[in-house]
Formats: sequence, structure tokens, C-alpha cells
Amino acid sequence: MKKIAVYLIPLGLFFGLIIFLYQGLFSNPREHQSSLLEQPMPEFVLPDLMNIEQTYTQDVFLGKVTLLNVWGVWCITCAIELPYLKQLQDEGKHIVGLYFDQDMDPDFGIKTVARVQQEVTDKLNQLGNPYAYNIFDVKRDLSMDLGVTGAPETYLIDQQGKIRLHHIGDMNPRVWNNKFAPIYDALVAQ
Amino acid sequence: MNRLVATLLILVLGSFASLVLATEDKFHFESPEKTALFIELTKELRCPKCQNQNIADSDAMIAVDLKRKVYELLQKDYDKDQVIDFMKQRYGDFVYYQPPVNPMTIWLWLLPVLFILVALAGIVMTRKRQPSEINDEQLAKAQAILERDE
Repeated sequence: MKKIAVYLIPLGLFFGLIIFLYQGLFSNPREHQSSLLEQPMPEFVLPDLMNIEQTYTQDVFLGKVTLLNVWGVWCITCAIELPYLKQLQDEGKHIVGLYFDQDMDPDFGIKTVARVQQEVTDKLNQLGNPYAYNIFDVKRDLSMDLGVTGAPETYLIDQQGKIRLHHIGDMNPRVWNNKFAPIYDALVAQ
Repeated sequence: MNRLVATLLILVLGSFASLVLATEDKFHFESPEKTALFIELTKELRCPKCQNQNIADSDAMIAVDLKRKVYELLQKDYDKDQVIDFMKQRYGDFVYYQPPVNPMTIWLWLLPVLFILVALAGIVMTRKRQPSEINDEQLAKAQAILERDE
């Protein structure tokens, strides 16, 4: 009896390892806890993309539940999620774009604001415009403060201007229903 | 053969040289210490987009941005820990290749030690058990067999 127990140890260890590795097959390495959850929005002063004269600060998010969507016309996945975001907006969600451009950068060559505006207008005319307005993250400082790794990413911001969710990757019905909807509905019900 | 080795050597050395030149090209520091710290930091900070590369190696936009941020922070006289804290605040512990010691990660260090201890204990126990299996009676028998053969 004791002998059998001894022989079962390696078998047990083996199954433990198998289960551990099997889980690894389905885990997403890009998914890691954002360190900004439950934190207020970082401070910023940034212009509106379409009207450079107008500026926004972190206070613009106070008083309503906002989906902040990080995007750019150069980002292919963003174009894929735009129609779904439009659908969310039609259902009454308040969606704000955080726009940044890789060409507005000394390392990549300078592009004029007028050209960026034209590109954005074209893209939104083509695919639908889900955004109440777009904040133009000129030097990508706000993106860095938000821990953005690349577009698209979406944040859920509550009425107090606190970050409640950070999703890396595209927005789709599955992500909305599983990840966003429970928290969003609870916030709106408040 | 020799020519091949020489060509390879030139290629390898050449790529190192261009790497150093590229760093010095884009980011100018007033002191060599800061240049060294910059190179050290960009090697130890991990690119959040392409996760198996450090920000020195990666050409992702985010890595370029992080490099520039490290440069800015060093120009503001941040020390190494302050730069790392700045990055961790935004991108989590994940952004630095050296994991912090906490109740969850402590196992990274404890498990190998535990394994060695358990294995040692196992070896010692099996060693101890063996001699007791041969008793005087068996020894006498063996001796008798040996003597008979002679």
C-alpha cells in the first residue's frame, strides 16, 4: 500500500504539470492587470482633434460614464471595431476618442494637423462616427500616462472620473458582454 | 573558411558599432554616466507591445516613446529607481524584467531551494535504509559460500 502511494507521487506531479501547462495554452499574455484601475484619470490638457483651439482636461469626464477609445486611422483593428462602437453609441453610450498619430513625431516625420483631420474625417465618413468628440494626444503623453501599449484600447471611466476598466485589443460583442456590460450597467444604475 | 569567419566578424562587430552610434545619434547626454545609465535602463525595461524584447531592441512605436521618455527623465536628473517607478506606475511590474519579491513571486526563488532540500532528504533516507536490509545472518551465509568456492 505504501509502495503504491510512493509510485503515485510522480504521477500526481505529472498531472499537476499537465494542468498548469494546459491552462497556459489559453491564457493571453497581453492580459495583465492595469496598474491604473480605480485611479483617477491622469492630468492632461489636450486639444480637440477637429478644433485645435478647444482644449480638454481630465475634468471633462466628470458626471457621466464614458468609454475612452484609443485609436488611429493607421490602425487596422480600430477600423474593424468602429462599426461595433457605432452600434454601442446608437444604444446611448458616451464614447470619446483618444486619437494619436504615429506620424506626428520627429522620429517618424512631421505631418500637418490639417492632413490628420482630413484622414480622420474620411475614415469616419466611411465607417461611421461613434465619437462624441476626439481628444488629440499630440505627443502621446496621455497615452503613456494611461499605460497604452498600442491601439486599439478602451477604458471605462466612471462619473467621478476614475478608471474602472482597461481593455487591450478590439471591442466586440463578446468583450462588451463579458467584461464591460456588468460594470457599465452597475455604474449607470447609480 | 578564414574569409568566412572574417566576414562574419565584421558583420557582428559592425552591427554593434551601429547600435552604439544610433544611441548616441538620437539621444545626447552631457555625461558618460548618463549615457551608460540610459543604455542599462533601455536594456532592462520591457516593451509592453512586443513582450519578448526590451525597449532598446524593439522598434514598436511604444518602445520608441518609452526610450524618449527615459531620455527626458534622465535629463531631469531622475535616478535609476525613479525611472523604473515611473514606468511601473503606468505599465505595472510587468515593464521591468526583474520581478518584485511578493507573496506570489517568492515561489520563483523558494521552489528550486525546496526541490533541492526534498531531493536531498530523499537521498539520505534511501541511503539509511539500505544497510539495515543486510543482516548478520546473510553475511554469514555469504561468507560460507565464498569459503566453499575456495
